[in-house]
Amino acid sequence: MSTAVTEEQIEKLVVESLETFGADPGEISREATFEALDIDSLDLAELSQIVHEQFDVELKGSDVAEVKTVEDAVKLIASRV
Amino acid sequence: MSSAAERGGCALVTGGSRGIGSAIASALAAEGWPVGVNFRSGDQAAGETVARIEQEGGRALAVRADVTVPEELDRMFETLEQAFGRVLVLVNNAGVRCDDLAISLTDADWGQVIDTNLNAAFRATRRALRGMIRERFGRVINLASVVGPRANAGQANYAAAKAGLIGMTKTVAVEVARRGVTVNAIAPGLIETDMTADLDGELLGAVPARRAGRPDEVAACARFLASEQAGYVTGSTLYVDGGLAA
Repeated sequence: MSTAVTEEQIEKLVVESLETFGADPGEISREATFEALDIDSLDLAELSQIVHEQFDVELKGSDVAEVKTVEDAVKLIASRV
Repeated sequence: MSSAAERGGCALVTGGSRGIGSAIASALAAEGWPVGVNFRSGDQAAGETVARIEQEGGRALAVRADVTVPEELDRMFETLEQAFGRVLVLVNNAGVRCDDLAISLTDADWGQVIDTNLNAAFRATRRALRGMIRERFGRVINLASVVGPRANAGQANYAAAKAGLIGMTKTVAVEVARRGVTVNAIAPGLIETDMTADLDGELLGAVPARRAGRPDEVAACARFLASEQAGYVTGSTLYVDGGLAA
């Protein structure tokens, strides 16, 4: 992972994005599942786009399909930046 | 908000230099949208469309791109995004005909029509949706045809492409509806354009209205579908055919 982007910055972006998609801020945690947060495949596609815009990281649909929790998403993005 | 165009961004009309595409470009410009007038060949016609829009107080940019070439399609979007901002209205109008009876239709003629009329529309839609879902607003308008829902001997390729467009319209509409993005199709019947100039005049006899339609009559429907007021219309196909498909 590049020193330019920290895991905390990634988590902040993910959490802010989830709130934009309508997830309850009180329910968002590292362990929370996207299913529990009512985050669906279109939301994850938009999250991929936001990540691309912010960090220039390309996430494929097959990558995102494996992501189940907030922590999964943060770890996946962190492994690519 | 009285006009959707007040939010910024722009419209893109593929195959916008002539006929129905040119009329739609003018109608969207009149609604306040800066318009990308895409053309593959015939830069003079594209220039005339842009000049007409500018004379009427609108903004437009002619953009050359073969929509069947993904790199050219991407460059066209980038050009428009730099000039006007995100493409928030996409009109997939570019189309070709290569007619023959199915028994004689070549793979090349089949492929060219599917690639231009269907595959390119999908790629343009996928590209435009990125900006639309981020903006929580978008209008995709696919120019289908009465051919597809109806048979027309000699146009198996064209019918397959246009029926495919209608199927794509419905599914993409469902996928993005909750982001404020609508996806609809317009199915023109016999419209007076260069593309239909060689068609048999006897076809008019099958049109209940007993006349061909005009490009501006199709454009008026596109203008409505692009509007703020059409925000609850999605996944639909609007027939502009003088009753032909009724």
